[in-house]
Amino acid sequence: MRILKNAPALIFLIIVSASNANGQCKSFAKRTCLPELGSYTHDGNYHATVLSEGEEAELYKTFYSDMEYRLSICGDEDLPGVEFTVMDVNRNILFSSREAGNAKTWDFKLQSSQQLRIILKVISSGQHSGVPASGCVSIMFGFKIKP
Amino acid sequence: MNKHLKIGNSVLAATLLLTLFLASCRSGGRDGRKVADSLATPGTSAAVYEDIKQAERIFYTLPSPLESAMLIKSAGALFDDNLLNPIENTRNYNTNKSMALNLGVYTCDLSFASLYDQTQLIIDYMIAAKKMADGLGILDAINQEDIDMLEQNIHNTDVIMDIVSQTYLNSNSYLEDNGQPAVAAMVLTGGWLEGLYISTQLVDMKDFNGNKLVGRIIDQKLSIDILIDLLETSKGHPAIDDLIAQVTKVKLIFDKITLKTSPIRPEYNEATNVTVLKSEVQADLTPEVFKELSAAVAEIRSNLIK
Repeated sequence: MRILKNAPALIFLIIVSASNANGQCKSFAKRTCLPELGSYTHDGNYHATVLSEGEEAELYKTFYSDMEYRLSICGDEDLPGVEFTVMDVNRNILFSSREAGNAKTWDFKLQSSQQLRIILKVISSGQHSGVPASGCVSIMFGFKIKP
Repeated sequence: MNKHLKIGNSVLAATLLLTLFLASCRSGGRDGRKVADSLATPGTSAAVYEDIKQAERIFYTLPSPLESAMLIKSAGALFDDNLLNPIENTRNYNTNKSMALNLGVYTCDLSFASLYDQTQLIIDYMIAAKKMADGLGILDAINQEDIDMLEQNIHNTDVIMDIVSQTYLNSNSYLEDNGQPAVAAMVLTGGWLEGLYISTQLVDMKDFNGNKLVGRIIDQKLSIDILIDLLETSKGHPAIDDLIAQVTKVKLIFDKITLKTSPIRPEYNEATNVTVLKSEVQADLTPEVFKELSAAVAEIRSNLIK
């Protein structure tokens, strides 16, 4: 009887928590990732989602030769870690955060405008017991005019 | 009692199933295109998309209105307020489609005005963008505090750019996080098209060859496939289908431009901690194709702001 009585509240809680999972990523992205852009101006675009251990997100964007960019990647503290790779359209690796000491940001500029692909991956903890960790991840871009 | 318990458990089980179903629906749109549909992605960089199936989430990113405006300014173009969508038009926008597209359009106009220190226009266009965001039900995307802060810092370009960036982030994050990726895609499309419209209109045909702004317009060839991919994630939505048809007309003109790029050579500069991606590019945009592109973009934009 008590379960039936509490069912509406439980239903509400379940639905709200499911729909807010991504909503919380906005606050996370603004709080954690945005400050990492430093003196670069954030472009205003939003790329954040919830990922679990071992999962990947990909991003396609054109970068312009007139600009200097900072790419910033953030992962929720509950995640074992987040790494990213930047590739050109032919899948040649241009930057790997793992090879750069697990860098969370990358500053770059281009001689000519290019479409690049960024792959973000949540590292797997390797622990096979229990539920895999999941949390918000975000990619942000800052830019400034080349001096 | 037992019967009640059974009913209660059934309700909970049904709710859980419903929640999981809804969650999977949400991630089945732009969020989590997997295997079959993502393999069909067209574009000049088709090879890149082959292993998309591994990704749980794919982001197709266009230059933001702020970035588009910055590209126009860095190319040395002059400001022309006649190119902006008149703020009086806000009263014409009553549908989600028109408000979403013109939220992008007005944000681009606002960014353009911001970078050229057009103080009164900055306020006017922020208010126009706010009307669009409010109309779409985007809570607190642009609030009165933002407008007050804008007025207090009207001569500080850096602060203004931060405010514009924040309000744009608020709008598109709200739409993404509230299960409205089609509306979010329309905002991005409106902003991108406005940037392209302003750029093409500012090109002086007497100074076509070697014009830096023409170079930035050619660069948009790299983004149009991304734009179409973005729109296709919401295919089936009538407003999006209409946009795909219109944007495809622009793509067909961009397809007439040949863009040859040499392999990228990353060179890291330890002193500055900046990597330079070195490569050479060759493009062949003729004045005739440019005029065709400019006319097509103007026609689409004219329909957007009606």
